[in-house]
Amino acid sequence: MVLETIWFFLWGLLWAVFFVTDGFDFGVGALSPFLAKTEKEKRVMMNAIGPLWDGNEVWLITAGGVTFAAFPLVYAVMFSSLYTALMLILFSLIIRGVSFEFRHQIESPAWKKIWDTCFFMGSVLPAILFGVAFANIFKGIPIDQDGVLQGNLFTLLNPYGLLGGVLFLLLFLEHGALWLSIRADAGLKDRSVATAQKIWPLLLAVAVIFLVATAFATPLYDNYLKNPVLFLILVATVAGLVGTKFFLNKAAYFKAWFASALTITGTTFFGVTGLYPNMFPSSLNPAYSLTAFNASSSPLTLKIMLTVIVIFIPLVIGYQIWAYTLFKDKVNDKELTY
Amino acid sequence: MDVVLLSRLQFAAATMFHFLFVPLTLGLAFLLAFMETMYVRTGDEDYLRMTKFWGKIFLINFALGIVTGITLEFQFGTNWSRYSGYVGDIFGSLLAIEATTSFFLESTLIGVWIFGWKKLSKKAHATVMWLVAFAGSLSAIWIITANGWMQHPVGFTIRNGRAELSDFMAVVTNKFAILELIHTLSASYVLSAFFIMGISAYHLLKKQHVALFTKSFRIALYFGIVSTLVVVVEGDTHGVHVTEVQPVKLAAMEAHWETTTRAPIHLFAIPDEENGKNLIEIGSIPGLLSFLGYHDFNAEVKGLNDFPKEDRPPVFITFVAFRLMVGLGTLFLLLMFIGFLRRNKLSDSPLFLKAMLWAIPLPYIAIECGWVLAEVGRQPWIVYGLMRTSDAVSPIASVQVAMTLLGFVVVYGLLGAAGFYLIVKHARKGPDAPAKS
Ligand code: HDD
Ligand code: HEM
Ligand code: HEM
Repeated sequence: MVLETIWFFLWGLLWAVFFVTDGFDFGVGALSPFLAKTEKEKRVMMNAIGPLWDGNEVWLITAGGVTFAAFPLVYAVMFSSLYTALMLILFSLIIRGVSFEFRHQIESPAWKKIWDTCFFMGSVLPAILFGVAFANIFKGIPIDQDGVLQGNLFTLLNPYGLLGGVLFLLLFLEHGALWLSIRADAGLKDRSVATAQKIWPLLLAVAVIFLVATAFATPLYDNYLKNPVLFLILVATVAGLVGTKFFLNKAAYFKAWFASALTITGTTFFGVTGLYPNMFPSSLNPAYSLTAFNASSSPLTLKIMLTVIVIFIPLVIGYQIWAYTLFKDKVNDKELTY
Repeated sequence: MDVVLLSRLQFAAATMFHFLFVPLTLGLAFLLAFMETMYVRTGDEDYLRMTKFWGKIFLINFALGIVTGITLEFQFGTNWSRYSGYVGDIFGSLLAIEATTSFFLESTLIGVWIFGWKKLSKKAHATVMWLVAFAGSLSAIWIITANGWMQHPVGFTIRNGRAELSDFMAVVTNKFAILELIHTLSASYVLSAFFIMGISAYHLLKKQHVALFTKSFRIALYFGIVSTLVVVVEGDTHGVHVTEVQPVKLAAMEAHWETTTRAPIHLFAIPDEENGKNLIEIGSIPGLLSFLGYHDFNAEVKGLNDFPKEDRPPVFITFVAFRLMVGLGTLFLLLMFIGFLRRNKLSDSPLFLKAMLWAIPLPYIAIECGWVLAEVGRQPWIVYGLMRTSDAVSPIASVQVAMTLLGFVVVYGLLGAAGFYLIVKHARKGPDAPAKS
């Protein structure tokens, strides 16, 4: 009981860290065709996330791996029933990943154009699709008692799902624009700051609509009404959003970025806490839903994995923070690697 | 086509493609770390240029390794969901441990290595590559423990309608996995050594950057000699263990139909799977199969006909894959022997250099054949003796799988071609000119 609950929230935490870290990579990629005016600026944008994106992406691999280890049935049903959406995400991550290493290898505009497109598409699509997928999970997925999806990709593209997609995209765009405000210089930096300013009201509006729609489209608020203390999560999320604007206005970009990270973490936990103990609810019949209790691994596996996580995740966080501090300064545009 | 076949094809395509890049990463990382350390210790600029030259190729290869790896991590869920549900308690934890212990380290530090030339001290920078190399091999440990468990499941009980972990130590110390690990790592080192020797040979033949490539060649040669010996000697031990726990795979490897003592090995045969015999057998050596399987020329070896037809793997593929791998392994031993004799007069051995240049693809073929043998030979089981591949597949529409299979073939084909082109381009161009000359 306790073990499963701990794992449930660890599961949420891993997704949250993934969205916070790779989230700004997606944002930068999605902004790349719009913010960079020159070849050099394009390269600065890639180099701004170049040293970090791969380590960030491993949070996704770990979130997936931990789902597999701790909740094998969730892993099995979630990934097979969301097959097409997940495959689109995979293809996106593939083309994004190679674009970093390939783009700078050949001095030809046509060649660079290919990888610019891959960088852009490979960032925008996952940003939207993760939002669509999670909103649908909040809402419930039409799976039968065997975990088979009664529907297809278009079943997921319902209004609430799409709203989730837009919300995630905006969250990541804001987050990415803030990261660029930290790492870019001169014109590119000014444009990034202006973009962060422009996206903020949109983000606020969509977040409010999403919160309202959630009350109608999902049962997420039930947990909150049962236990009003939990509304603190929502308060933290809003505080993050307000803080972003506050620090942005004061030109304190690091703080604004951290505030934006808080918003993303809060949004994830808002959903995850509302779901508890469901992990993959069925919209056809609550009895078919996968929960932290009916889908978990054996206590032995959960204990072993907990030991591994408790030892290694702090280590990982330690050396990732070290890597971040190495690469937090302005990108030196005389030493562009990518 | 049905979902099972499509999913098998897709899995085969995705893993085989991933494993075109992984072995070079595993071996080259250690060689790069060694070269950079030599630079730090001797201050010889040649070693720095060498590190940068091989490093560039390493990174292109690495990028492809990473992006193809992500697919695999998720394919167990997308395409083999019944399998994931049934064995996730054990198998899933190994994958999760791999990600937390190795992928993070490798991916975070490779970024530091690429961008950290000016930010870290020379020593620290070289240490980073040692850690990358170490993390790569650590990741091999966990993934092969997972694969070893599928080949020879241990440490579990069937409870709640699935396989649950009962003894973690048994899973981690599975003899099958340990043998598999040694064999795969040493095979990867062989591949990396041949890769470096081949490209060095190209430049030595053209008489350019002679000092640098002679050094590179020699480092790789010593690494290659040791690894080739290990892969071949260990492969033999491996064969004995396979015989013990997967007798039907051994019989398929050798197209051995009837149970006999003094069982022969055929250098070549064309198996007739319908009628349970070989159409043609050429070059049969009596007793050798008994020796390979049991280290005793007179031992009895069970033939395929004594296994029910539905428990037999595809014989022809398994048979050919084994032949190719062992044949190439023998050739590598020979090449390494010649290399050892010629180690001090490389530039005067154009024929040998040419052979080494043309040998670059051979370890790739050997390593893929080895995996085809191991994985196709495991059929029809996804977990040997426990779960059939046909029961493991996801309950999804076959069109979905057909579409993604097509997608993988196209995307991987294009990326593979681009990667190949870039690597060849860099390999040909050679290292940058010395800073001061
Ligand atoms: C450079 C590549 C290479 C070379 C030269 C060899 N192998 Fe190998 N072999 C592999 C690369 C490989 C591999 C791809 O790495 C495999 C797949 C699974 C594994 O553990 O290693 C493999 C598998 C494999 C298996 C099947 C294991 C299983 O079913 O799980 C056997 C019995 C052997 N090998 C035996 C040999 C022998 C007797 C060799 C002597 C020449 C040999 N290999 C050379
Ligand atoms: C990287 C080297 C590997 C290669 C080249 C490889 C190759 C293959 C091939 C050719 C198949 C298809 C066999 C068939 O269906 O007839 C297959 C199946 C499979 N392999 Fe591997 N494999 C590799 C490593 C692994 C590892 C490390 C694991 C597990 C951790 C694994 C798990 C599987 C699974 C689950 C299937 C699908 C089910 C099946 O067909 O039995 N493979 N692999
Ligand atoms: C014998 C089989 C395998 C070995 C030795 C191996 C090893 C490695 C190594 C060393 C890397 C680093 C990148 C590179 O090599 O270029 C890598 C990447 C990766 N592999 Fe494999 N792999 C194997 C098979 C698999 C399988 C079956 C899976 C699926 C579970 C998998 C999942 C991954 C993932 C997710 C990555 C990307 C990690 C990152 O972002 O850094 N690998 N693998």
